[in-house]
Amino acid sequence: MKFVFEKRKSTSVPALILVPLISFAVSLVLTALLLAVFGADPFKTYAAMAVGAFGTSHGFAETLVKAIPLMMTGLGVAIAFRLKFWNIGAEGQLTLGGVAAAGVALFMEHYFPGRSLLFAALFGGLIAGALWAGIPAILKTALKVDETLVTLMMNYIAILYSEFLYYGPWRDPKGYGFPGSRMFSANAWLPRIMGRAHVGIWVGIALAVILWLVLRRTRWGFELQIIGASQKAARYQGIAVERNIILAVMLSGALCGLAGAFEITGISHRLQQGLSIGYGYTAIIVAWMSQLNPLAVPFVAIALAGLSVGGDQVQMVMGLPAAMGVVMQGLILFPMLAGSLFTEYRLLIVKPEPRAACPEPSQE
Amino acid sequence: MDFLTSILTITIRAGTSLTIATIGEILTERSGILNLGVEGIMLMGAISAFAAVFYSHSIAIGLLTAVGVGGLLALLHAFLTTTMRANQVVSGLSITLFGTGFSSFLGQRLGPASNNFRLVGLRAERIVPLAPEWVKQIPIISAFFNQDIITYLVYILLPLAWFFLYKTRPGLWLRSVGEDPQTADAMGIDVTKTRYLYTILGGIMIALGGAHLSLSYTPGWSENITGGRGWIVIALVIFSMWNPARAVWGALLFGGINAVQFRLQASGTSIPANFLNMMPYIGTIIVLVVMTWWEALSKKVGAPAALGTSYMREDK
Repeated sequence: MKFVFEKRKSTSVPALILVPLISFAVSLVLTALLLAVFGADPFKTYAAMAVGAFGTSHGFAETLVKAIPLMMTGLGVAIAFRLKFWNIGAEGQLTLGGVAAAGVALFMEHYFPGRSLLFAALFGGLIAGALWAGIPAILKTALKVDETLVTLMMNYIAILYSEFLYYGPWRDPKGYGFPGSRMFSANAWLPRIMGRAHVGIWVGIALAVILWLVLRRTRWGFELQIIGASQKAARYQGIAVERNIILAVMLSGALCGLAGAFEITGISHRLQQGLSIGYGYTAIIVAWMSQLNPLAVPFVAIALAGLSVGGDQVQMVMGLPAAMGVVMQGLILFPMLAGSLFTEYRLLIVKPEPRAACPEPSQE
Repeated sequence: MDFLTSILTITIRAGTSLTIATIGEILTERSGILNLGVEGIMLMGAISAFAAVFYSHSIAIGLLTAVGVGGLLALLHAFLTTTMRANQVVSGLSITLFGTGFSSFLGQRLGPASNNFRLVGLRAERIVPLAPEWVKQIPIISAFFNQDIITYLVYILLPLAWFFLYKTRPGLWLRSVGEDPQTADAMGIDVTKTRYLYTILGGIMIALGGAHLSLSYTPGWSENITGGRGWIVIALVIFSMWNPARAVWGALLFGGINAVQFRLQASGTSIPANFLNMMPYIGTIIVLVVMTWWEALSKKVGAPAALGTSYMREDK
């Protein structure tokens, strides 16, 4: 008896939905084992996590607070990944978006009176993210420079630059040595809806729907789909591959930059430590668990945000490291990656025959 | 002279973890498997080695633990990308994400109760330089010999890996699997087995690079002790054009940048520390751009042709 993978004629829809759910379950089991090894009761821990993340209105608001940047960066990463452009620079794009938003809100109050300051700050963040992502996009399309590394290296540069600003020239002189800028005018504050959660959540959900429509229903979305499937085929059809990749990656960066601007105008109201805490990396998990489908991103973002808020709760209640939540997030990806095979292939059990069977004609 | 000797000593010490991990990643990529999990495997190697030495007081046990952990994580990557045909980029990223989170978790959990279960701030035995006292007196030369056992291992591995890859039969098999798995398969080479083997071997070397950080270069455990070195390794593989003999130049370049950075910071320069700390990252981008441009100009292709693609005999 032998196990053979046979390519499916079309992508399996049940597998597309079941694989992320099963992966989540597997991750729960693996983490339970880990918890047991470290002498903690898995059931109690999970109960504490669930209550912490979704059980109270404060907890739920905090889950939304974390879900907003994950949603925005998750959407950004998903767009780039659809084109097989491995943008792992969401963290840096978010950071620079936050820096630009803070810069506008802090120093350009005179140019943008009243509420217009908020929109100027958000726009600044969006543009900063788009430009920062544009650099690796141009390097990739013009010189074929590996984008994974460039985007990653640019994260470190952006984070160091933001640190330089809030420890250096932008530091609040009346801040008693606190690493952060002064608080900016309330004109640039994003309205809040529940606890610290702000209207960014509605923007994120709306953008998910809009992006889904753009990718499914517009000519541009169709072109991107062809480029993602095969650049060669796209060229034969006369699609401007390079220009489209640059545009899409800049859109990806703009979403991540907007995520940073939301963090600044919605949560901290100043530039300070704690802007770059890894949302841009978790975004990769969000995008991959959503199978790069924008409509799935908000749900996955809220689920992963719940894990992370629950992880913080577990630290307070049970004395377990908060990194718990991060470990669980990481553990989701492995079964997810292993399971993705089943969306394209089916498992066949073959009994040995006296003669080797003829190979199937290629499906590709 | 003393100044030069000390710069050179630090450069080689800083370059050690980079070089051994680069040789490992070259062997892996030569088989056609791109492992972006280097950063995560280095972190896990660093913490497991440090924790093992802390409790066993034995460097050997520490290094063996790192070897085991690195091998296991690489095995996971090999399984996902080879058997389960998962996307190599995403699988590697997952290993890095997991390694970053898990090492941070372990750092807050594996320590003794007296330190609140944390490993941060603890001291353990270090790997000490091997050279006898009289060698340390010789200027310049001593920089090469006043090093620890992992650096000596790098001295051996560099020519060995080159010789293996270009002058031996298994080395030829390895290269052919990375260039053209179909042909290699037709020649009777087991593509899957080769990929598993060299991914695991690479993971072991990468983990040893991590162990060098926590046991020698910056002794002790701190979160994200690697500070992006794993990613620089991936750039160094491109810089060395997948040839282990060239790995040393890139590692020395980056080790040198680190050493200069140290020296400038110590001398109290007016350049803000944050900009100095950007140097290795900006350096990596410049090196990448120049190397890619040069490769295109000279029409040389360094990368194994099948890098990043999974091989399935059933669907050609």
